[in-house]
Amino acid sequence: MKPIVEMKNIVKIYDNGVVANNGVNFTVNKGEIHALVGENGAGKSTLMKILYGIEQPTEGEIIIDGQSVSFKSSLDAIDHKIGMVHQNFMLVPSFTVAANVVLGNEPIKNGFIDKDQVLKVTKELSDQFGLFVQPDAIVDGINVGQRQRVEILKTLYRKAEILILDEPTAVLTPQETQDLFKAIRTLVQQGKTVIFITHKLREVKEISDRVTVMRHGKMIGTVDTKDVTREQMANMMVGREVFLNITKPPMKRGEKRMEIKNLSYISETGRPVLQDVSFNLYAGEILGIAGVEGNGQTELVEVLTGLKRSAGGQAFVKGKSVLDHTPREVRQQGVAHIPEDRLTNGVALKESIEENLIVDRYFSAPYKKGMMLDYRLIENKGKELIKQFGILTPNGKLPVESLSGGNMQKVIVAREFSSNPFVLIASQPTRGIDVGATEFIREELVRLRTAGCAVLLVSADLSEVMSLSDRIVTLYEGRITGVFPDAAKVGEDELGLYMLGIKHQTNEEMEKFL
Amino acid sequence: MSLETVIRSIFSTLFLASVIRISTPIIFPAMGGLIAVVTGVPNMALEGIMNVGAFVGVMVSAYTGNVWLAILAGIVAGVLMALLLGLFHIYFKTNLFIGGLAVNLMASGGTVFLLYIMTGDKGNSASVKSLSVPNWEIPFFKDIPFLGDVISGHPVFTYLAFLSVILVYIFLYRTRFGTHLRAVGENPEAATTLGIDVKKSRMIALAISGVFAALGGMNLSMAYLQFFQKEMAAGRGWIGIAAVHLGARKPLGVLFASILFGFADAISNQLGSLNIPSQLVQTIPYITTVVALAVFAIQQRQAALERMKRYQKEHLEAISANASKAE
Repeated sequence: MKPIVEMKNIVKIYDNGVVANNGVNFTVNKGEIHALVGENGAGKSTLMKILYGIEQPTEGEIIIDGQSVSFKSSLDAIDHKIGMVHQNFMLVPSFTVAANVVLGNEPIKNGFIDKDQVLKVTKELSDQFGLFVQPDAIVDGINVGQRQRVEILKTLYRKAEILILDEPTAVLTPQETQDLFKAIRTLVQQGKTVIFITHKLREVKEISDRVTVMRHGKMIGTVDTKDVTREQMANMMVGREVFLNITKPPMKRGEKRMEIKNLSYISETGRPVLQDVSFNLYAGEILGIAGVEGNGQTELVEVLTGLKRSAGGQAFVKGKSVLDHTPREVRQQGVAHIPEDRLTNGVALKESIEENLIVDRYFSAPYKKGMMLDYRLIENKGKELIKQFGILTPNGKLPVESLSGGNMQKVIVAREFSSNPFVLIASQPTRGIDVGATEFIREELVRLRTAGCAVLLVSADLSEVMSLSDRIVTLYEGRITGVFPDAAKVGEDELGLYMLGIKHQTNEEMEKFL
Repeated sequence: MSLETVIRSIFSTLFLASVIRISTPIIFPAMGGLIAVVTGVPNMALEGIMNVGAFVGVMVSAYTGNVWLAILAGIVAGVLMALLLGLFHIYFKTNLFIGGLAVNLMASGGTVFLLYIMTGDKGNSASVKSLSVPNWEIPFFKDIPFLGDVISGHPVFTYLAFLSVILVYIFLYRTRFGTHLRAVGENPEAATTLGIDVKKSRMIALAISGVFAALGGMNLSMAYLQFFQKEMAAGRGWIGIAAVHLGARKPLGVLFASILFGFADAISNQLGSLNIPSQLVQTIPYITTVVALAVFAIQQRQAALERMKRYQKEHLEAISANASKAE
């Protein structure tokens, strides 16, 4: 087997100073299925964007088929027979399948597009590689699995020999995943090389010849898939996390505050994202949700806070149903929410800090006075919260967008905490913010919990979940795989196995702790 | 005049011919607007470009005595105005509406300013002797009773307008470049990854739409009338944009929408002779526009809702089918 792709000592530092790849060596042999795995943020997508010419490396060398190359754009990569299927599809919805396949390089007859030929080449490619599509169907009306096949055909039409598939199964149903795997095997039989990005170890075992594991921008190792167990891979992926130094007074668990029963959610593309999720939330505890990103955590929070409609199940706060109510109705039951996407759902960027601080309550007294808002009160409340939460700003009249990420998050935290919540749902509360603000927010979360609030914490940062939580639930492919009543007693290796779906607790085991 | 006379005149050859004549200066900007919209950069300056085209055509014909040279000059001026909008919006990232507003105001003020310098008149160019495009008597057709009267003897611009619908259709749906324009409009990111230059495509689309808008303007000043007057387009550029959307962004649909507006305009001309306040009658084309767009929007939303429902249902069925298979 000779290497077809060699990436040597790749370093990528983004303009904002984020080091996405730190001296990565990555080699793919001709004709293999090579899995690239790692948690979100491990740097695998960046590495593939570099290989496909979308990003340029800060340092390092790329050798394709023995030839040193430097790609300025993806067109250069296409010239070197590299094709990539992105996670979000790059298709023109109103065009036919065939028109999408040939787009940019349509067959021409007498100066016009040769429609028969367009259909014919698509049909031929489809037959040759066993990627079933209907060439004359409009893309708008076909399902996700078919769209993905169109994307693969697009790369094949451009004579790709090396195909990069970026988390291709993330949007697929299990049946569609099996169809995709069949197609990948056909491609490899015909001499193509496939790089398969994923974080599902079951799929790695099933489809790949070799696997490369990345963590924190570094390559941990490349091994033959048959020589490694899923447990070993999980260890390579999760690694040893640093336990954070947080002092927590012992938990004084109070009454049940939120009850979630058999919750499910189906995405717009028809993929079941949450299946039969049940758990309770108690006063005075932090319940952490541990899971690799994309296993339903985001949707769980969005359904519980009224941002998405569930596909079934129940959720109660103070005995009242809060499921499929508007976000305001949910909030009026005492549920506060620190949203994952703070720029979109957390703040109104152009509006002032003090307005953002009362945006969950401006419509009621004392902020509302008759038809008007009491701006003097808003200003005073703003001053008070800015001081209390240490938001760094000259004054509260400035737009929120003038703040740093950490201070912006403090605005959200100040608003949600000062609403005197009965239940707090915090999603990625410290993601992408500076150390000082992170520490502050973590301390505030613990303080709130000790004061008797019920806190649901969702975070991609495993060490954060482990050190803040009193109780941990693991989520894998939209189902609860385990519950750990004493977070301090569970090791990250053990937790990793449940997060990656390798181990499951039975319903009976879980029941008494949920 | 009695209502009966009005009704009778509506079914006359003269009236049908007038619908065709009045539709022409809407079809042109609508076709231009269509090409720009499908490329994802709505040409908000159609109205101004029509005024500029109308003015430049008249002036060049008056000074050179060559009508073809005048048309060429009008087209060049239209293209330049369109590219100016493109420069603002695509390269300098100005908001499209603000850029369009600037170009429109500039066109409106600039034409009057130059008109005054060149003719000493601020209202119209009647004082200079300008040319108009010839009419075309279609051989054979002109002798067919009724039909001949309706379709023959129009200025060549009118035939060009109807022909352009077919040309635009072929361009957008049969040529590689036109297809790329549509791809750019719908998914610029996808187009980029396939090596299609989005900015360049949009500039070219705007340039083409400038050609059409200029032709529409010259149709007013060199065929419909034989002189330029201030604000000559009189909203036809805007109605052209409405026609693009009412026609569902498809060439044939846009043609029908343009004719619908032309028809409303022609009706209001006819009713002008009745004892109804003329202001009320003159609102007919605009009320038609509002009503037509509202109906269109409701239909679109309905269709989108149904599509979504169907889509979700299919997927849920597929899932339950899979689930039962698994069992």
